[in-house]
Amino acid sequence: MSATIALWLLVLLPATTGALLCLLPRVERVAGVVAIGVATAGLALAVVVATAQPAAAVPFLAGAGFDLRVDGLSAIMLPTVAAVTLLVLIFAAGDIREGRARFHGLMLIFAAAALLTAVAGNLVTLLFAWEVMGATSFALIGFWWRDEHRVASGTTAFITTRAGDLGLYAAAGAALGGGAGLGLAELTDATAGWRDAAAAGLLVAALGKAAQLPFSFWLSRAMDGPSPVSALLHSAAMVAMGGYLLLRVAPLLESTGWADTAAAWIGAVTALLLGAVAVAQRDVKQLLAASTAAQLGFVVLAAGLGAQSGGVAHLVAHASTKAALFIAAGAWLTALGTRRLSGLAGAARRWRLLGLSASLAALALAGIPPLSLWATKDAVLTAALEESLWLYIVGLAASALSAVYAAKLIFAIWRRADAHTATHYDEHEQGTRHAGALDSVPVAALAVGAAVLGMLALPPLSGAVARALGQEPAQPGVWELIASGTIALVLVLASTRWRLPEPRWAAGWLGLELAGDRLLVRPTMRLAARLARFDDAGIDAAAERAAEGAAAIARGAASLDDSGIDAAADGAAAAAMTTARAAASLDDRGVDRSVDGFARRVWRAGRDSARAQNGQLHHYYAQAVGLLGAVVVLLLVIGR
Amino acid sequence: MLSAIVFLPLAAALLLTVPAVSDRVARWAWVAVAAADLGLVAVVWANFEEPPEGRLAFEERLEWIPGVGASYHIGVDGLSLPLVAMTTIVFLACAIYALRDEDRPRIQAALFLFLQSVSLGVFVAADLILFFVFFDLSIVGMYFVIAGWGHGATAGRSALKFFLYTFLGSLALLLGFIGLYVSADTPTFDMVELAEMLPLQGEPVAGGAVLAAILIGLAVKTPTVPFHTWLPPAHTDAPAIGSAVLAGVLLKMGTYGFVRIAMPMLPEAWRAWAWPIIIVGVISVLYGALVALAQQNLKRMVAYTSVNHMGYVVLAVGVAGLVNSGTEDARRLAIVGAETQMVSHGLITAALFLLVGVLRDRAGSYDLSGYGGLAAPAPRLTTLFAIGAFASLGLPAFSGFIAEFQIFAGAIGTAPVTAVALLGILLTAAMFLLALQRIFAGKTRGGSIGFRDLSAHELWSAGSLLALSLLIGVLPRVILDVIEPAAATLAELVGR
Repeated sequence: MSATIALWLLVLLPATTGALLCLLPRVERVAGVVAIGVATAGLALAVVVATAQPAAAVPFLAGAGFDLRVDGLSAIMLPTVAAVTLLVLIFAAGDIREGRARFHGLMLIFAAAALLTAVAGNLVTLLFAWEVMGATSFALIGFWWRDEHRVASGTTAFITTRAGDLGLYAAAGAALGGGAGLGLAELTDATAGWRDAAAAGLLVAALGKAAQLPFSFWLSRAMDGPSPVSALLHSAAMVAMGGYLLLRVAPLLESTGWADTAAAWIGAVTALLLGAVAVAQRDVKQLLAASTAAQLGFVVLAAGLGAQSGGVAHLVAHASTKAALFIAAGAWLTALGTRRLSGLAGAARRWRLLGLSASLAALALAGIPPLSLWATKDAVLTAALEESLWLYIVGLAASALSAVYAAKLIFAIWRRADAHTATHYDEHEQGTRHAGALDSVPVAALAVGAAVLGMLALPPLSGAVARALGQEPAQPGVWELIASGTIALVLVLASTRWRLPEPRWAAGWLGLELAGDRLLVRPTMRLAARLARFDDAGIDAAAERAAEGAAAIARGAASLDDSGIDAAADGAAAAAMTTARAAASLDDRGVDRSVDGFARRVWRAGRDSARAQNGQLHHYYAQAVGLLGAVVVLLLVIGR
Repeated sequence: MLSAIVFLPLAAALLLTVPAVSDRVARWAWVAVAAADLGLVAVVWANFEEPPEGRLAFEERLEWIPGVGASYHIGVDGLSLPLVAMTTIVFLACAIYALRDEDRPRIQAALFLFLQSVSLGVFVAADLILFFVFFDLSIVGMYFVIAGWGHGATAGRSALKFFLYTFLGSLALLLGFIGLYVSADTPTFDMVELAEMLPLQGEPVAGGAVLAAILIGLAVKTPTVPFHTWLPPAHTDAPAIGSAVLAGVLLKMGTYGFVRIAMPMLPEAWRAWAWPIIIVGVISVLYGALVALAQQNLKRMVAYTSVNHMGYVVLAVGVAGLVNSGTEDARRLAIVGAETQMVSHGLITAALFLLVGVLRDRAGSYDLSGYGGLAAPAPRLTTLFAIGAFASLGLPAFSGFIAEFQIFAGAIGTAPVTAVALLGILLTAAMFLLALQRIFAGKTRGGSIGFRDLSAHELWSAGSLLALSLLIGVLPRVILDVIEPAAATLAELVGR
């Protein structure tokens, strides 16, 4: 099989299978198996494609084909997306018990969109994938549509991320205006002002999907979706793709001289603040969600620094780590019916493999040596230190926070259950008290990834990654590794002794959603309502008044017709009678003459009316207007 | 060939006026004729080649009123053929949708076949008088559809408002046509000849006045803000198939007039007035979307989205007049986007109106708050409406994205300030998702209880329109190959 065909199949197979599953709900029973089969094939195809790195395009719009190309960066990303998708779908086969066809169909479309995002070669193809990903996220977050608030959360997610997506449309316009064409790799060729606009558009779009500040709040709402959705959306799909896009366009950001700095700082600040938000959470899914935004902050920081190899290593390692943790959280939610950390006490003891695997992933998240995120994060932080000490300090503080929230999670699941624990059971849904192999096996596989994928950032693999991306080899500095590893270890150990602080100011996700609601949503809705009233009472009423004015004129004309013209006609008739009587007194020769005269008048009238059809347009138009006036009057009379 | 396409429905309409024809025969005859007409259009499409500049494909010309230089001149090019195809498709979908209608089906079929003929006539006309006659007859036909088959106590009033408003608009249009006629060197109403002669080139005042008359006439029909207030009541009271035709086909006569008449015949005036046109387009986009967002009546909401969607077209054709800024690629892209949007909006909005009609048919109301949890009793309706909503809000994989991406890329690449219109796609997204949420999600309540899901004819009529939107969205070359050469020609004509 040629690699090009494999590339097309990689996207088309899940997309078409997914669409069919959505539209043919009769396949309910086999949906899970079909989806796993497609995902397995997808993983194989991803490996083939990553090895051969083909490109493919078909004509699409003028000057911009539907353009798929695999390079070093996407060759790393594609197997990650495919593998996580497969493992999440295995978990979903057990976890989703209703609406399976629709669920697995949407998940496959979602995955196809993520894969297409990874290989998109130009802005049209990228936007195509990007927005389909957003729309399926709406449908997946609001999957349990009987609860209206879940659908509302899907709406929030889609509207927020689409607000960012507008940046991609603007970027496409700027690319065209700047003469660079729509190719992603050629954007740096755009003329100066246009290039800045394109970079700004891409930056906004990526920050929206990656849930960076100020967009982060949608990720909190996304927790209303089923657990497998969170597991995929946070790790290897939508959120990750936001970071991925910035890694891809890092050269463009750098070429502007400001967008790279902006990205670096937004990433670092998000890592810090959302880390604090994660520390403040008491709900396991909310904690993990905030940590996703924070960890993606390191990827965005890497993109801003031009440290793509460190960034992509962090992205891949985080995908494995976070998918493991979300699947575990989902399994506990299904079994115990609670997302509350205090309700999870003893969960790790009850289901050992699940608990151990999740703990390994959590330790990786904490940045404990030698697990993956320790090394990948320091690859980014080392680059930050070369750029600015402040950037490094903010990043290091953010990394310390990740140790704190990860420790909080580990502590919660290993703490012995007490009498209080069971009171939280079943508060979110009815628990099954069961967790099986479909839960623990994917988590275990992903936990292994979370443990070892740090090698991507360490020699000798780091050199290969850098070469694949066309970069100078770069490793994390030894002192940085020691510093962050020590901090993480100390904080995790401290958490076993002391209760760690929970910054209450960060519990509500920094009030971001509230601010968006007060500053944007409500004013917009008020404006809409006001304009709707204006439309009825202003514009429409003006049109109606004009029509009424015309009707009044018509009525005036009608009454003139009665009292004036008709009376005049009556008078004329009377006068005619008088004349007639006078005529009767005339002799026969007189009558003869008047017949002749009548004939002559008829002939003249005929000639006059013929003149109306003389091809002179202003006559036609005058007649048309006269006719229209008559029709208007007629209709007004009928319409009353 | 084109004459057969135009007049086949009319001939069938005349036959259906015979009272001896049974209702059942009438319904199926309508479907058969609409399908046959689509078949003929498919033949034309298959044999179509973009004609050289100044010519039309499948051209026919007969003497008609030689005294004024008006002839029966018809033909198609890449700007009209997609609309001809879209028109026959929308009418066929309406015929299928109406297969169970009980209210005077024979006369209804005759009336819609008449409407189909005159609508096709507008899009193939190559003579201004012919165009005008068809244009006005379409208004008359739609008046009777709303007045005769509309629902609600105000149907007669809404129909009258529609008639008066659009008819007055058409008179402004006629005034403009006469302006073109009298200022031509050899007075003629022939569109092709006028586009070659450029009667008002070098006369900014007269050219501006004639363009203003034409623009007002077309703006009423399109409709753009502030001439749009006839649209919501007409849609609210029209029957489902009437709304589908009104939004799908009749609105396009306005925007088609821009690309067929105003731009090629008055290029200099068009360039001079490009910015006002762009501003009206942007206002229509934002205003239409915002007012739609505030609606409580689903059908009115969909009606206002037409103002928004047609606003994109106006924006794009306005941008095409900015020949001194941006690149020619960008302007051409905007024109292609405008034309694609006409077809796309026809398909998607017609489907949405057919689906919204089901709400009234089952539960007697379009009120958003009167439903909830409709997804439980009506999964098919939910699926199709959700697809239609996402298609309408410009989701990729549907035709709306192909149209809007090109419009935005072209417009922003030419005049960056037009990026403000991007907010339109965000507002439409919010509006449709909120509506989906309110009607279909949550506990099943109100009008949703005991709701009967789509029957086969409803499913297939709306479903095939959306399937075509999907086809264009995934394989846009099927339509862009036809549109692009004509758009390139138009971009050149505007630059003269």
